Amino acid sequence: MKKNTGIIDRLLLFTLIPTVFIALYLIFIWSPVERIMGASQKIFYFHVGSAWVAFLAFGVVGYYSVRVLIKPRLQHHINAGISAEIGVLFTTITLITGMIWGKSSWNTWWTWEPRLATTLILWFIYVAYLFVRKMDGSTEKIARLSAVFGIIGAINVPIVFMAIRWWNTKLHPVVFGEGKNQSGGGIEPDMLVALLFSIFTITVLYAFLMRKGIEIEKMRHIVKRAKSKAIEKLAG
Amino acid sequence: MISILKDAWTIASKDLSNEIKTKQTIGMMVIFSSLVVLIFSFAFDPTNNMVKAVIPGLVWLITVFSGILGLNRSFLSEHENDTLTGLRSAPIDPSSIYLGKVLANFILVTAVQLVSIPVLFLLFDYRFFGKVSWFILVVIIGTLGFIIVGTFLAALSANAKNSEMLLPVLLLPLLSPLLIAGVQATRIILENEMIADAASWIRLMAAYDLLFLAACFFLFEFIMEGS
Repeated sequence: MKKNTGIIDRLLLFTLIPTVFIALYLIFIWSPVERIMGASQKIFYFHVGSAWVAFLAFGVVGYYSVRVLIKPRLQHHINAGISAEIGVLFTTITLITGMIWGKSSWNTWWTWEPRLATTLILWFIYVAYLFVRKMDGSTEKIARLSAVFGIIGAINVPIVFMAIRWWNTKLHPVVFGEGKNQSGGGIEPDMLVALLFSIFTITVLYAFLMRKGIEIEKMRHIVKRAKSKAIEKLAG
Repeated sequence: MISILKDAWTIASKDLSNEIKTKQTIGMMVIFSSLVVLIFSFAFDPTNNMVKAVIPGLVWLITVFSGILGLNRSFLSEHENDTLTGLRSAPIDPSSIYLGKVLANFILVTAVQLVSIPVLFLLFDYRFFGKVSWFILVVIIGTLGFIIVGTFLAALSANAKNSEMLLPVLLLPLLSPLLIAGVQATRIILENEMIADAASWIRLMAAYDLLFLAACFFLFEFIMEGS
């Protein structure tokens, strides 16, 4: 069992290192420079990749939350928590890169566009989720409460998106795709390759962080149990 | 199902009669919401004509701010005297506790609104042009959604030591779609625009209410379980 997980970890690490370098090469050297936005368009690859991983991570949180409620197991609880932590990290990256991108292409740090606002609210929901996990009490109770909140949060996300979309259509019509040169078929094939590769790289990074995080969290639980056992022994 | 509703009514009437006796929470909520109106009148100059634009938002802000005070009390007071254990061990469905609390909180917040919204209109000298019945409908649907989610999260956060701080942090992001819809619908009705535009927002609010009522109704027993 122990050996088996080690192999997977090493495999992930050894795929991760070369893919990161290839992705960096593809993004900064190989892919063409955008004609209008120039070099600042390069942030697009990181932005889309982390946005995808953020939504993936929160999907994973919802999935494990449901599983905790069906069958309470520590493993599911840990998985959900680590995924939420990584999700918050990547949502933060998405927001920051998005702001930089917005500043250089729309000349404003922030607009109340559906996707931006949804991402921001998503960030708040999952920070709140992490607060629920930090509550004091028995692990079983926290597992149950945080799972319930995880499910409620996941239900909320599509409603938030719809509400904000409607809210903004009052001001201007919904535009599919991000501007003229990014919508669907408008993307350069070389750029698409770089984009897909960077998404793949960040997904591998997510899997790697997830495994490492779970391992650390498990160790924490073992230490906690050993500590309480030692205290009991000393007291008794 | 009938028995769940009956038990819910019992719990709600217990909370309400408790409240009628002491009048502590409701008094605080009324005073607090009036204070929020007062503070807003300093923040946005009421003599300015522009302030008409923020009235729909203020209706919801005072509801949410004063409502959070009441929601905090609804489960904390049970924790203080450990009566929650009594409720939990009672031979009733856990969902009826939830429904009862929703009912009690809804009546409480509506009672506060009956005072605070007229005070808001009065102090800001707001001329009402829209249809009153539609306005009341929007307020009721929005408040119901707020209470449905708020009561559930109050029960959840009551387990924490710092629950007064935790509740708003959990509640406000989840309320965002309801608040967007509520503010838009209120604005359309108060400015007497097309009712058809408001109807789609009201439908969104109703869908939110139903969806979260169903979800909270089924998930509530997981919050009540164990200790």
